[in-house]
Amino acid sequence: MALTKTVIAERIQNKLNFSRTETYDILEEFLEIIKSTIADGEDIMISGFGKFCVNEKKVRKGRNPATNEEMTLPARRVVTFKCSGKLRDMIND
Amino acid sequence: MNKLELISTLKDKANLTKAEAAEVVKIFFDSLTDAFLEGERVEIRGLCSFHIKEYKSYTGRNPKTGEKVTIPPKKLPFFKCGKELKERVDF
Repeated sequence: MALTKTVIAERIQNKLNFSRTETYDILEEFLEIIKSTIADGEDIMISGFGKFCVNEKKVRKGRNPATNEEMTLPARRVVTFKCSGKLRDMIND
Repeated sequence: MNKLELISTLKDKANLTKAEAAEVVKIFFDSLTDAFLEGERVEIRGLCSFHIKEYKSYTGRNPKTGEKVTIPPKKLPFFKCGKELKERVDF
């Protein structure tokens, strides 16, 4: 089973004294802060966890592997994640 | 934005006390960390998903000295950007 919002919401609800609806609103607000910050091009750095970065990709030539047709891929922005050294060590322990 | 700024923004936006906002942020990232340690997949709709990817051992090179080094096998959380976030980030 994958870890989802539902499980995280339950844990928050068990720890803090909020109703189910309030907990979901808080969690959505939290996720919205992360999303809008990244959408504005700002990185998010969580010590001991990792860093969410926005990277600019330049225009490049690509090829459609199915048709072998050459095409130009436009410049774009992508989100990357860099795992912190501490977390990496914990996972590999 | 770092963890403290995230907590303070959440406190203001969701009308929480600082301690409550800190707890929410802590539970969120602790849950992800625990899932990684268990090798469990993470799926946060609209934001991202993660799975633990196993990398085999390979021979790499120290870029400074050019020296050959054997990189031992390792596991890393593999990040996949969610659809909503992807669309909002790209111009």
